[in-house]
Amino acid sequence: MSSAPPANAFDTIAEIIAETANVDRAKITPEAHVINDLGIDSLDFLDIVFEIDKRFGVKVPVEAWTEQVNSGKAPAEQFFVMGSLATRIEELVAAKQG
Amino acid sequence: MRLEYFEMVDRVLEREADRLVALARVPEESPVFEGHFPGFPLLPGVLMVEAMAQTAGWLVVARHGFTRMAVLAKVSEAKLRGMVRPGAELTVTAELIHDGSGYAVLRGAVNEGTPRVAEAELTLKTLAFPAPGLEPALRARATAIGLLP
Repeated sequence: MSSAPPANAFDTIAEIIAETANVDRAKITPEAHVINDLGIDSLDFLDIVFEIDKRFGVKVPVEAWTEQVNSGKAPAEQFFVMGSLATRIEELVAAKQG
Repeated sequence: MRLEYFEMVDRVLEREADRLVALARVPEESPVFEGHFPGFPLLPGVLMVEAMAQTAGWLVVARHGFTRMAVLAKVSEAKLRGMVRPGAELTVTAELIHDGSGYAVLRGAVNEGTPRVAEAELTLKTLAFPAPGLEPALRARATAIGLLP
């Protein structure tokens, strides 16, 4: 796993999504919803999360996020819109570095 | 192996935190061999992949303390290097590469003696048991193969 976090989480995640799910990079904006706008299915999303885990050296808590959304405790946009997703990843990296 | 019942693992040989090795004896006879192939029975390659997936699944389920089940989601870089005949004794190894949230990625291998006959990278999803009878059934099978006492 990568030990040094990339300088720009958004760009790195966008690259991962473009490569892994064959999505046009131009479509991957901070406002784009990963599932609804980019058309990523659950298996591609799993591949993307694996790549994010590896590149950033974190464990993206997808299950906890999904549970929060499903239980109404948080809106989906908090985790699954690109800009927010990048922020959440940066928070995970910062928390890991202590 | 009971091919018709999709039971690929006969016995757990080694268990570590991130690694599991299992024994899989290919039966001398099975209806599978009637078609694969007439006069030249071979263990189908997809069943070697299944053997790796089940070994990986047992490792993941054990790591979760039998609170979750694992289902195969992706097979990558699969290589079927050798032909396996009835009666072969196989060792199947699964090693954890990454333990993610709701999924795990493992490296699987099948050896007949020293030679490697198959390998693959496997992605398994993990989920809560979707039916009440699954957990006791898995625990019973795990006991039968020596994964649980």
